[in-house]
Amino acid sequence: MNKPKEEQTSILGRVLAWIFLLAVLALVAVQLDRSQRGVLTRGEAAPDFTLTTFDGQVFGSSEMEGKVVLVNIWASWCKPCEQEAEALQAAWLQYEGRGDVLFLGVDYVDTEKEALAYLDRWDISYPNGPDLGTQIYTAFRARGVPETFIINKMGEVAYVKIGPFQGIDEITSVIDRLLEP
Amino acid sequence: MKRLALLIALLVLSGAGATPAAAQEGGPTPSQDEVNAIAKNLYCPVCANVPLDVCGTAACAQWRQQIADLLAAGYSQQQIYDYFVQQYGPSVLAAPPPGGFNWLIYLLPPAIVLLGGFLVWRSLTAWKRKPRLKAKLCNTKFAKKIEDELKARRS
Repeated sequence: MNKPKEEQTSILGRVLAWIFLLAVLALVAVQLDRSQRGVLTRGEAAPDFTLTTFDGQVFGSSEMEGKVVLVNIWASWCKPCEQEAEALQAAWLQYEGRGDVLFLGVDYVDTEKEALAYLDRWDISYPNGPDLGTQIYTAFRARGVPETFIINKMGEVAYVKIGPFQGIDEITSVIDRLLEP
Repeated sequence: MKRLALLIALLVLSGAGATPAAAQEGGPTPSQDEVNAIAKNLYCPVCANVPLDVCGTAACAQWRQQIADLLAAGYSQQQIYDYFVQQYGPSVLAAPPPGGFNWLIYLLPPAIVLLGGFLVWRSLTAWKRKPRLKAKLCNTKFAKKIEDELKARRS
């Protein structure tokens, strides 16, 4: 027996309302899940990213392949970043000539003039570039600055440092371990 | 005559010399109000929900200076917004740019208001109609029989 037209419309309306409600809930759940995931952890695959430095060099996956890569996220307005600037540069000077270690400075929401002044003040010579559109910061699910991710030769996150390094030993001890055969 | 020609030549040379300097400066220094008119539509990328014009951090001061530099260089308001989005991502904008999932922000509220209005209108028109019980009875095969019996009792 056919149901009256009015009743059919009412059922259709209810179904559509439930579909709409479930879609909104699913969207909220996805967003909540994304925001609750926290920073990348040890063992996770490092995200693919490309950094164009202030002087125009491009560092992508091919430049990082088979190397231990230290990704330091910093900003010129970040006071704690200054605490580790010297140690990072000193560590870089130790590994610069080897060819299997790469340091990359990712400048987070900064102005170029102040960023270059910061690099100059701390004599930083490893590649540094702006994080355009905060894409690298987002890919690493960072939560602030400074944050440093050390990626092993297999492309996995091997070490995460939230906040500034306390000295060069803290950096070299991790990298030396990753360079062991 | 020679003096006049020399004077004109000197004036032209001094004018030509001044032009690149003026171009390098890029234009007059924008006022604080001009900077804030743009900054109020941008949000501090590292603070929670603080518009750039009232944000007191060192980072915000740098970004306001950046706006002033861009204005002095001849950027329009829209070009400055585009620059900030390119540098710091769309979250710096006070209102998200329409597109992709962002459309939901623009479409959902009016859609909900329209849906609510429709439901209210439907409820109001339903109240005006005949009682539901009578309407249902008319649809059953016994409706006519019951009505006939009622008529017979009344008479």
